[in-house]
Amino acid sequence: MILYATKRVLLTLPIMLGVTIVCFALVHLAPGDPLISVLPPDASQSIKEQMMALYGFDRPYHEQFLRWLWRVLQGDIGTSIRTGRPVSTEISKAVGNTLMLAALATCIGFLLGTLFGFVAGYFRDTWIDKTASALSVFGVSVPHYWLGMVLVIVFAATLGWLPPTGAGPGGSEDWKWDWVHFKYLILPAVTMSVIPMGIIARTVRALVAEILSQEFVVGLRAKGLSEVGIFGHVVKNAAPTALAVMGIQLGYLLGGSILIETVFAWPGTGLLLNDAIFQRDLPLLQGTILVLAMFFVVLNLAVDVMQTMLDPRIQRA
Amino acid sequence: MPERVNEIIRSPGFWVTVWRRFLRDPVALAAALVVLGLILMAVFAPWIAPQDPFQGMSLRRLKPPGTEGYPLGTDELGRDMLSRLIHGARISLFMGIVPVLCALFIGAAIGIVAGYSGGWTNTLLMRTVDVFFAFPSVLLAVALAGALGPGMTNGLIALTLVFIPPIARVAESVTTGVRSRDFVEAAKASGAGALLIIRKHVLGNVLGPIFVYAMSLVAVSMILAAGLSFLGLGVKPPQPDWGLMLNTLRTAMYTQPLLCALPGVMIFITSISFNLMTDGLRSAMDIKA
Repeated sequence: MILYATKRVLLTLPIMLGVTIVCFALVHLAPGDPLISVLPPDASQSIKEQMMALYGFDRPYHEQFLRWLWRVLQGDIGTSIRTGRPVSTEISKAVGNTLMLAALATCIGFLLGTLFGFVAGYFRDTWIDKTASALSVFGVSVPHYWLGMVLVIVFAATLGWLPPTGAGPGGSEDWKWDWVHFKYLILPAVTMSVIPMGIIARTVRALVAEILSQEFVVGLRAKGLSEVGIFGHVVKNAAPTALAVMGIQLGYLLGGSILIETVFAWPGTGLLLNDAIFQRDLPLLQGTILVLAMFFVVLNLAVDVMQTMLDPRIQRA
Repeated sequence: MPERVNEIIRSPGFWVTVWRRFLRDPVALAAALVVLGLILMAVFAPWIAPQDPFQGMSLRRLKPPGTEGYPLGTDELGRDMLSRLIHGARISLFMGIVPVLCALFIGAAIGIVAGYSGGWTNTLLMRTVDVFFAFPSVLLAVALAGALGPGMTNGLIALTLVFIPPIARVAESVTTGVRSRDFVEAAKASGAGALLIIRKHVLGNVLGPIFVYAMSLVAVSMILAAGLSFLGLGVKPPQPDWGLMLNTLRTAMYTQPLLCALPGVMIFITSISFNLMTDGLRSAMDIKA
């Protein structure tokens, strides 16, 4: 087990290096001068050259990359051009908000998804299965940013039950776990939960159907085990895969929160990315993407190792 | 006796069986008809649309659906919604299908070469692909489109890059499965070169599953492309694109809620039809998800 975990961690290292290369390349992919948003348009050539030298943009790419990588390894992922604050400060403020939103959405999605999946898998090819499957197709087909708008129209604009946007009555600062603040979290979390719901429901349905068709279930039934007892066996067999899918979905939501955060003006990493893109704040863009991608890599690693630990059938060494 | 021999010879081929099974699936068939209708709508948009989708008039801004002459109302610049939605099918279908097609060519090539060669070529190619898997698809699309800047071509490039890794991975695993089969060994033993074997023996066996997988990405691509436009990173105004329309109509969310939900309805109908059609095709071809 420890051997497998170590091997898996070592295999992740080249991927992490690849991620840093992609993030570094992103900035140089951008058209135009990398200093375009810092310098005034009428800056003289000598000032331009001085600034280029100051930021190190005049050096060859591989040297720039190694210098940048060295700083990243020391925890310095750059300075935001717009605010002048370190990118890490900006991200750490936003990441908590996104994590809260994505975690709640994953929980809702997991609960509903497993429920639909189990029901559909148990009553395969009946109308119950068809309804549950239709719901999961809905989940993967609906453009969630649009669903968010519809929910705002219904529950905020028309019924007035919930606030439409933001993360609290006083703006984005000081989140508290009380009902007043929690109300702001409901609509974005429900909107976001639709994606994992659909995917988890599909996975669980296929898992349950497959487990129920296996010989050991027939054996248990023949032995006279009650349906409740068989259900326990099904849960035990389906759990590792279902949990793994849930973990990956959490990662997708964390990284892909930009659309929903834009709809709901939720002050997380997605909104930060949005700002970074439209203000051409390239260090902020690069840093946020680097952090989110690294998080996704680590999460994938954790899920993989955890799945191997939970599921003794998987023999990987 | 001769009749019976004929019967045995005339057993239906693979694609005929798939087609017959597909026809027996009412949901998939209905979805396929909707997709066909949308494609026809996109192709013949200039002839179907009652008005010019670019011609606005400030006097008739944000009319609700049902207004005389404008069955689905008018947008924030007074342009006919129905005409814009019809024209919007062109960009949406284009952005759903073309990136996936481009990624299909490149991804399948990478995957088949990696799967057929094995060894170091495989490791090198597939580890590179793994790097792109480290980015959630939305994040990768936004990052690339954000770095390249807004515009339809950049959106196209970004989405193609997003879909190459998953297609390459599927192509690689299918090809690895075919590579060790006896007919490939037999071809090798009789002296056929790698290119000939790939062309004659591998392609026919792997393209079906890869193609069906790629089809399931069309809806994802469309939603992502509309999402990029919604963020202001895709198609530029005044192009009639459903995602962009959702964005520009957001200001009218409180005054004309029904109107500003319409472009999303179109995205939803298109993506769900593609998904249901692909699901039907997949179960007709008996491919596990």
